[in-house]
Amino acid sequence: MTILVVAEHDNASLKGATLNTISAAAKLGGDVVVLVAGAGAVAAVEAAAKVAGVAKVLSVDSAAFADLGAENLAAQVLAVVKAAGGAISHVLAPATTFGKNVLPRVAALLDVAQISEIVAIESADTFVRPIYAGNALATVKSADPVKVITVRTTAFEAAGEGGAVAVEQVAAAGDLGLSKLVGRELTKSARPELGAAKIIVSGGRGMGSGENYQKVLEPLADKIGAALGASRAAVDAGYVPNDYQVGQTGKIVAPQLYIAVGISGAIQHLAGMKDSKVIVAINKDPEAPIFQVADYGLVADLFEAVPQLVAAV
Amino acid sequence: MKILVPVKRVVDYNVKVRVKSDGSGVDTANVKMSMNPFDEIAVEEAVRLKEAGVATEVVAVSCGVGACQETLRTAMAIGADRGILVETDVDLQPLAVAKLLKALCDKEQPQVVICGKQAIDDDANQTGQMLSALMGWPQATFASKVAVSAGKATVTREIDGGLETLEISLPAVVSTDLRLNEPRYATLPNIMKAKKKPLETVKPADLGVDVTPRLTTIKVAEPAKRSAGVMVADVAQLVEKLKNEAKVL
Repeated sequence: MTILVVAEHDNASLKGATLNTISAAAKLGGDVVVLVAGAGAVAAVEAAAKVAGVAKVLSVDSAAFADLGAENLAAQVLAVVKAAGGAISHVLAPATTFGKNVLPRVAALLDVAQISEIVAIESADTFVRPIYAGNALATVKSADPVKVITVRTTAFEAAGEGGAVAVEQVAAAGDLGLSKLVGRELTKSARPELGAAKIIVSGGRGMGSGENYQKVLEPLADKIGAALGASRAAVDAGYVPNDYQVGQTGKIVAPQLYIAVGISGAIQHLAGMKDSKVIVAINKDPEAPIFQVADYGLVADLFEAVPQLVAAV
Repeated sequence: MKILVPVKRVVDYNVKVRVKSDGSGVDTANVKMSMNPFDEIAVEEAVRLKEAGVATEVVAVSCGVGACQETLRTAMAIGADRGILVETDVDLQPLAVAKLLKALCDKEQPQVVICGKQAIDDDANQTGQMLSALMGWPQATFASKVAVSAGKATVTREIDGGLETLEISLPAVVSTDLRLNEPRYATLPNIMKAKKKPLETVKPADLGVDVTPRLTTIKVAEPAKRSAGVMVADVAQLVEKLKNEAKVL
């Protein structure tokens, strides 16, 4: 039984989400093989070969994968699965925008179902996944010969470093020429990435404006080394860009400490952060639903409480 | 240019769903049903492309039980020109829906399929990508901006860490993210007009598609509840608790 992990990387480095996916793969109990399809992704390939629990790394180097487009990548994964002649029982990728984009294509090309965003593994064919924005957990069993799965990264530990394993070069399946990257605008920030941060400071509608959000929350985030997040209400109001959004329709996070400031706690937001270890809520409305999930609640005007907090930590 | 928009009938997003006590699923009896919010955004985008003179016809498709007709009427009230219902009582999974849509794409020959990125019931986020793969078309998922011109589309996508802009050849599949547009409210005259628009019903067998589920749901359970903690009096007490009790600072 071989478990193929489709690595998420940016050619220069392996993304952290890949490490959580490798941990999930290791739980299935087979040989974990990591596919790194990129263009000049030497560093990512080397990093993948050093991850604990990996048996082998497959490296495909082609300009066709420079932008990590779904069409070429899915065709490559299909080629790898076919070439293995039935040895590959599972194909895993992180449930990030990368994995969600690519893996359903792989499943369709294999004519199998995809099991999305698993949070637990019961056995090699049975998995637990959230439905209805995390308001219910479904245990599903797959009868397909290959299980194609995306993994909720916060539900599995990141794999550590091990020895260096062999890297096998694989021929590229080719460029379908269906899609062209025009450009990327990535948010540049010295702060930790939301998905990987140990502490997250998140702001909601209570911030009142984008200016207030920056003025009040940035000093706190910088003081305690936190990533910045936001509720959907704050994103919809235009205070911050969409990639700040924590919730069912944004990012699912589970940091050690989540500080919710001026966030009422809509179900859709709670779905994205309720697995955090410690939750702090600061809100002036004592009836706000966020207090029902918070370990520590403080009813206060955030414009007074947050600067005090900055001074006290 | 024709645009096909698949729409799903789901439990309304304002409803707090309840897990059935026998663990067989979520209680959907006597619960308000609506169009999946992401699909509403898809219909709106298609209708705007028609209003801008880029598209000539918007066809809404829904797969599922007979009541999905209501969802199609909603799509037509927003501005879709006609509806196709693929009627079945089988619990449809994304791969089956993608195959049904492929059969309809082969027949209808749309240049663009605009669908919601995920349905808020099963949260699968698969159907658009699967359809695109089955058709051998390019895809642009999680779109926040769509421009269509002369055989190609330029789509800005919401990705982890920011935005990405792709240029894809047509035909193609585009899936919508939240910020693509704000769907209009259907006006009463348009709701009345929608009742007279053509709605065709077909069965999966007519399309030659096997919709047998591939995944079996063994049980559905409530997630572990998080209990409320303590209220602190002031910032000083909060910092003290975080440092000494929770030890996270």
